[in-house]
Amino acid sequence: MINLEFITNTLSLGSLYAMLALGLVIVYGILRLVNFAYGELIMVGGYTMYLLTFYTSTPWLAVVVLAVLAAMVTSLLTELVAFRPVREKSLTAMLITSFAVSTILQNGALLIISPRARAVTLPQIFQTSVMIAGTSVPWRNILTIVTCIVTLILLTLLLRRTVLGIALRAAADNFTMTRMLGVPANTVISTAFAISGIMAGIVSIFWIARSASVTPTIGLPPLLVAFVATVIGGMRSLTGAVVGGFVYAILISLLGVVLPPGLVEFREAFMFAFVIIILLFRPEGLIRSKTSVERVG
Amino acid sequence: MLELNGVHARYGAITALRGVSINVSQGELVALLGVNGAGKSTTLGCIAGVLRPWQGGIAFEGGSIVGKSPEQIARLGISLVPEGRDIFPSLTVEENLRLGAFTRSERSEYRRNLEEVYDLFPVLRERLQQPGGTLSGGEQQQLAIARALMSSPRLLMLDEPSLGLAPALVDQIFELIARLHQRGVTILLVEQNVNRTLEIVDRAYLMNTGLIESQGTAQQLRSRADIESIYMGVGRRVKR
Repeated sequence: MINLEFITNTLSLGSLYAMLALGLVIVYGILRLVNFAYGELIMVGGYTMYLLTFYTSTPWLAVVVLAVLAAMVTSLLTELVAFRPVREKSLTAMLITSFAVSTILQNGALLIISPRARAVTLPQIFQTSVMIAGTSVPWRNILTIVTCIVTLILLTLLLRRTVLGIALRAAADNFTMTRMLGVPANTVISTAFAISGIMAGIVSIFWIARSASVTPTIGLPPLLVAFVATVIGGMRSLTGAVVGGFVYAILISLLGVVLPPGLVEFREAFMFAFVIIILLFRPEGLIRSKTSVERVG
Repeated sequence: MLELNGVHARYGAITALRGVSINVSQGELVALLGVNGAGKSTTLGCIAGVLRPWQGGIAFEGGSIVGKSPEQIARLGISLVPEGRDIFPSLTVEENLRLGAFTRSERSEYRRNLEEVYDLFPVLRERLQQPGGTLSGGEQQQLAIARALMSSPRLLMLDEPSLGLAPALVDQIFELIARLHQRGVTILLVEQNVNRTLEIVDRAYLMNTGLIESQGTAQQLRSRADIESIYMGVGRRVKR
């Protein structure tokens, strides 16, 4: 049962979930805001692909880049228009705002495009497989894994090697202190939302590829996955988000194999039972943030 | 250089400052002394832009800074080392220092400041790649001051730098402050350690319940018999 096909499937799912969780956590780390409009960024990416492939003959590489850009710009705009004005008020205000933004974007798609699913024609490579060691491995899985690795490397370089990246990590430790060093709050927050949007955009390509269609409510399942993965991994750490994404994928894949056929459709219920058990033993998630570590002396 | 004029501030319904007026001149080392809750940290918070006074003025080098954001005030050259140090625990020592120089863009200045900081705090050089959170309390305090120095501050504000440190380290910190002062750094120091502070500062203000109760040169204050009682917050009010 645990063969190459299973492993590549799980790894690709984990890659997808890790990127999803990262996009949610990068904003949470700084603003302590769970952005419930995050799923709609994936929807925006999906509709961008639909519109471009249906109405124009834009080459695929450009479609992909534009989908990621659309998600990023939407993310930046929601921050500018919706979150920034209420930021100083309270965290609750921001949380409610994120619900509002989510609803507005969903209903926008419903009104402007259609409540019905729209087919997204994907390039041939998403439907083909390659034979590795006697197993057929879908190209889609390989692409997901490679994309995840490249994204993680680029994100790590950004966060470790650039001053802006270091400022982002500092802001997650202590936002006020970061500002007192002269780092503009708006720059840090905009950057976090931009990265969040890019993550959602990248995920949207592979997420849409699974169903080959897009609907106004397509954002809810990935939002839930991202949220649960970050809770498992630890809300305060980017490493935690990646770990949480992979743990989620491994658990859900294993459940698919282990459970008797009649119970497989309830695997989410088993999954959440596992999550509860994990949290009982590690309420902070699997990866604890370094903020709580301090020697006295 | 820095002038506070009748600054009032409050947290919600609690009034923390009831008209604080102080000034610091270029190159001076001035202390704000007082018990817990006297409003010392609140005063620094108002200057740094973390808290907005609801009345009164704050001017830095002639221009009002009331209502400016913390990042704008940092860019003017005011640097605060908060109580409890507030270094970034998940960033390495080197990254903490690099961020301290965020407002400075010149490479040569960065190197010069880094050399100066290594010179003042040799221990930091050995810990460059270690996360700030793994340093001892004394090392964290050194890192916090070093990080502030990386911005070549025009005004350095230190909030109880000796708090929670072992006696030997307290001596070191006070020596360091005196040394920074000799180098020409303008410093506003908040302390509870009256005697040690009066040994190194030019002037001091005594605060109590949100007011400046008394002020004078270090020498004048040292010779005053009532200083202890004010400091303890139990004695009679001093006539001004």
